[in-house]
Amino acid sequence: MSTVSAARDKTMTPDEVAGRLHSGMTIGIGGWGSRRKPMALVRALLRSPVTDLTVISYGGPDVGLLAAAGRISRLVTAFVTLDSIPLEPHYRAARQRGAFALTEIDEAMFLWGLHAAANRLPFLPVRAGPGSDVMRVNPELRTVTSPYEDGEEFVAVPALRMDAALVHMNRADRLGNGQYLGPDPYFDDLFCEAADTAYVSCERLLQTAELTGGSGAAPQTLLVQRHSVTGVVETPGGAHFTSCVPDHPRDEPFQKAYAAAAADPVAWAEFSARFLPPDGDEKGYQQAVRTWHEEQR
Amino acid sequence: MNTPGTAAATRAEYCVIACAEAWRGDGEVLASPMGAVPSVGARLARLTFAPELLLTDGEATIVGPGGEVEGWLPYRKHLTLVTGGRRHVMMGASQIDRFGNQNISCIGDWEQPARQLLGVRGAPVNTLNNPVSYWIPRHSPRVFVERVDMVCGVGYDRAEAAGPSATRFHRIPQVVSDLGVFDFATPDRSMRLASLHPGVTVEMVEEATGFQLTVPADVPYTRNPTPAELALIREVIDPSGTRNREVRP
Repeated sequence: MSTVSAARDKTMTPDEVAGRLHSGMTIGIGGWGSRRKPMALVRALLRSPVTDLTVISYGGPDVGLLAAAGRISRLVTAFVTLDSIPLEPHYRAARQRGAFALTEIDEAMFLWGLHAAANRLPFLPVRAGPGSDVMRVNPELRTVTSPYEDGEEFVAVPALRMDAALVHMNRADRLGNGQYLGPDPYFDDLFCEAADTAYVSCERLLQTAELTGGSGAAPQTLLVQRHSVTGVVETPGGAHFTSCVPDHPRDEPFQKAYAAAAADPVAWAEFSARFLPPDGDEKGYQQAVRTWHEEQR
Repeated sequence: MNTPGTAAATRAEYCVIACAEAWRGDGEVLASPMGAVPSVGARLARLTFAPELLLTDGEATIVGPGGEVEGWLPYRKHLTLVTGGRRHVMMGASQIDRFGNQNISCIGDWEQPARQLLGVRGAPVNTLNNPVSYWIPRHSPRVFVERVDMVCGVGYDRAEAAGPSATRFHRIPQVVSDLGVFDFATPDRSMRLASLHPGVTVEMVEEATGFQLTVPADVPYTRNPTPAELALIREVIDPSGTRNREVRP
């Protein structure tokens, strides 16, 4: 007699994800700039005591918030931006007071570092870096010479392995299959594959069959596969205030308020007490944002 | 007599023409404009003398002149297009030096900068793989500097020093500012004044430049827009006047 056994239910809460992270870890954060960032998981991280992190991110407000809270000891990035607001105020302030060590690499070097990590390679060669000061500020970078007759010399970008990856999807199932419905997957699949553990938050949790069955979405929207995922979290608005199209665009008025507050210590104390209280939760955050929007009318 | 579309071209419109010209003859490549004036310029080129150009919506799709989607270009494909060389980007620069080294990362000491800017972004990979032009809306000695604080985009001297793998696909076709157009058509590949926008003098450019610029005996003016081009800029591509917010009148 045979039985069909169900694959493991990996659902958990944002705070349970934070509980699995430890100080000193290397954490990769998916999305890009102020687009589809796993902000609910970042907010949970802010409520936890976890600190001394190496953060790997195409940076946006995820980096800004963690930097403002003093949780980062090293950042690996090519930029930090809010997109519609070019410069991230918390990141600027942190850099200008020398708050953490920086590994500043090019966007393509970052991508090939992810590919190397996902493919269990120590490095991958890239035609990027030589001639630029990326080589000066990262003296540990090595070059590699093509073994073929061209004999060209490239930068050997080291693998960006991470202890944990945090990404946000439009949809997911309980098993860890993640689906994006917007125009750009960014590099969230690579983040999950480059990490020892990966946590996927999503706008809506669906039955596996509903991911493509109900909506008629193409199978290539299923970006993240369950074999590379440790935990799944349903957090509607979990990317707020970054964009998560088609579920919601970037909350520009709120981002503007965030950036204004972030540029001023007194305003930031008020902002964080209101939206990011240490004893709060994700539900409370979403409610505080709704109330703020009502006040703006 | 001035009728709509034929009023004298503004400085911003000369800048649009100068940016558009950067993509002339490029063929079937992605035009990546950063900034309002280059964006208007790229669309103008696409609609007139460079119909082969590919343009994005600024997110992840390639769009035709009517906004119709003709391709998918998420960041991962975009970066392959860069390393494959099928792209001509026009980037900004917080600082640029006489050999075309560009900085958008930070001002001051990198360890603890006086002013943190964007970060290197894709400038190192761009400059070694596809043509990179630059757009500088406010030409000043603070931007056109003797030495940049952090080399992000690689200039001719640094590419040369880095060797043949760095120079193989390295090319900086143009630098466009609100004062004129510049190139590197000199024996030592240092910056040269290629054209002045009407109303600008050589002295004005030299005063606003923090390094020794090569100035030919005869400097042409940036070409005039045609009436059809002016009408396209004003009525079709940029009716809301984003170009005027970037270039002072």
